[in-house]
Amino acid sequence: MTTTQPPSQLPGFEVEAGSLGSLADARLAVELDTGDMILNMGPQHPATHGTLRLVVRLDGERVIAADPVIGYMHRGYEKLTEFRTYPQITTLINRIDWLSSFANEVPFIHAAEQLMGIEAPPRAQHIRTLLTELSRIATIYLFLGEMGLQVGALTPAFWGFRDREHVLNLIEGATGGRFHPNFNRIGGVKDDLPWGWIVECRAAMKRILDGCDDFEDVLVGNEIFQARTRGVGIIPAELGAAYGVSGANLRASGVDWDLRRDGKPYLSYNELDFKVWTHQDGDSFARYWVRLQETRESVRMVLQLLDGLASGPVMAKVPRIIKVPAGEVWVETENPLGQMGYYVVSKGAIGPFRVKIRSASFSNVSILPWLLRGLYVPDVVTVLGSLYFILGDIDR
Amino acid sequence: MSVLATLALDIGWGSTLAIKTILVLAIIPFGALVLGYTFLLKMMSHMQSRLGPMDPGGFHGWFQLVGDGLKFMQKEDIMPAEADRRVFAMAPAVIVMSTFLIFLVIPAGPRTVVEDLDVGVFYALAVSSLSVIGVLMAGWASSNKFALLGALRAAGQLIAYELPLLLAVVGVVIQAGTMSLQGIVTAQQDGSIFGITAIGNPFIFTQFIGFALFLVAAQAELTQPPFDMPVAESELISGYMVEYSGFRFLFFFIGEFGTAFAFAALAATLFLGGWAIPGVHGATAELLGPFVLFVKLMAVAFLMFWVRFTYPRLREDQLQSLAWKVLIPIGLINIVATGILKVAVG
Repeated sequence: MTTTQPPSQLPGFEVEAGSLGSLADARLAVELDTGDMILNMGPQHPATHGTLRLVVRLDGERVIAADPVIGYMHRGYEKLTEFRTYPQITTLINRIDWLSSFANEVPFIHAAEQLMGIEAPPRAQHIRTLLTELSRIATIYLFLGEMGLQVGALTPAFWGFRDREHVLNLIEGATGGRFHPNFNRIGGVKDDLPWGWIVECRAAMKRILDGCDDFEDVLVGNEIFQARTRGVGIIPAELGAAYGVSGANLRASGVDWDLRRDGKPYLSYNELDFKVWTHQDGDSFARYWVRLQETRESVRMVLQLLDGLASGPVMAKVPRIIKVPAGEVWVETENPLGQMGYYVVSKGAIGPFRVKIRSASFSNVSILPWLLRGLYVPDVVTVLGSLYFILGDIDR
Repeated sequence: MSVLATLALDIGWGSTLAIKTILVLAIIPFGALVLGYTFLLKMMSHMQSRLGPMDPGGFHGWFQLVGDGLKFMQKEDIMPAEADRRVFAMAPAVIVMSTFLIFLVIPAGPRTVVEDLDVGVFYALAVSSLSVIGVLMAGWASSNKFALLGALRAAGQLIAYELPLLLAVVGVVIQAGTMSLQGIVTAQQDGSIFGITAIGNPFIFTQFIGFALFLVAAQAELTQPPFDMPVAESELISGYMVEYSGFRFLFFFIGEFGTAFAFAALAATLFLGGWAIPGVHGATAELLGPFVLFVKLMAVAFLMFWVRFTYPRLREDQLQSLAWKVLIPIGLINIVATGILKVAVG
């Protein structure tokens, strides 16, 4: 750090009056004022997954202050929803967290269904749960690979993309859309599962489990990966909760909280047997580890659902023109990136009066200025990677 | 170059020099292409469940890199407005020059060597570190903060790893009793292990610690993962190369892979017996030499690139502590042990 004291006040140093030589020494002894460097990471930077901008103030390679600048991808979805009908809105909210689009649809559809007093039939609930878990696997699996890329290992990233493709194929097979299924309807889902899908699904789940083992070998067990992630970017549990950090990021800090188990019951999670994984460390490694276990847990849930898939219709009786009775409702779910919630206010029209979207990444990123202080530049990238945010989920 | 050496009697000193220069200049892009194609395009692709380029050239996309090179030549040469223009333009040439200078002493046959210096090893390692000047020039002249960070990282790293590299080689020099690369090759070819001369005495058996040290340090010198902080894609967006485009960027690429080729050749020469096959001498060795060296070199390069595509990247401070706290002590112990054994065994 810089020292601005006059030479005579430096510890262990006294300036004799009139002694030019020692005055010169005193000038030299003052630590050089190096000044800070402001480094602008983003909005176009490979580690920021899109258009997050970090204004980082550096002393050498150490971060003194970091300031996330968001809004480069703001699309105004909350406002747009006020000019759409309820069935149209699912198309929009698909694009909030574009990696797990199906999971985005669920809470909104739930909100509309609750306002209308409609309950989707059991098979529809099961299919929704299946697809939500599949999109969770697709999202987190990509993270598992991409985290390797953030710390400099190229190969796991490609494995992540490779195996995620199997899951995306499943989602496409069931819904017709690889990224943006738009498959949920108020009162159920659009279609039943296609013939042969369940067999395919089991095969793909096996691939995912094998892939998780590979990640365990290549990254979790790697000394360099551990050296780079252990003890880096520690989020204390209370502080994380205070900032609104949620999902695996908070569970990695030892908070045993998962809306699928602890929240208001939704979908068919109360029928399933699953474990909520936590880790005590709260560092980047813990976040990676928790997500790795969560992927395996999701696979277990998918297999359970496939075994006990309910029969019957996939659509409840709903009117042709959907008008939602006046009222307001708050629905939140455990999405791959954390808690996602919709506050929907209806005035009895065909579209909502106001929708407030609570997306996980926005709150997760808000802890960055606190978290990045004092880290090195390479650790900034590790922390950004391990927090795992999607820009569409921040800016909406 | 033995043929050339005979020819030299007729065509004179200047022309020989020109021919040698052109040959070495041709080796650098050749080596870069071979390594780039075999490892960067093909091996890495297969490790990552991809095919890599398959179409250009007909057979498994062998033409891809040549095509890429041609593409780079057509690209606009962009220079940042604030750049130190002359330094910016010179930096890639400095890097390629350091590669060029290494190749001068690497022998590919009993007489196929540009200059068999008495201090060959020392010279090769000395000129290899010249590249750091080019890197610093590039980073400074780009007037880009990412480039500057990358260049400073590179400077710290290359200087830290110059020492283990040197220490790793000292064991070989003690064993061979000479610093001339040609002498080291002959010592391995004519040596014996417990009286068995069938495979000569490749120093990898006695100097395996030195070999490991050399590979690790070479990896750092080449700024390849796990030591690629200066170029760190995900942090510094290619570091000191970030502002370069077109032909100048191509120079960096050629320099990177050309140097990898040179270091693989150096490792093959020092530890695997270089061009030599035990018992093969004279004209046959002259003829086979380059191919033997090439096979050994590719084996070493395979190891280097295998690590490159598998490992994550260390942090700068972790890299420094690895060099100073682990590699250098091991290197020193290795030298002492080699010295004692040399005196004791003879």
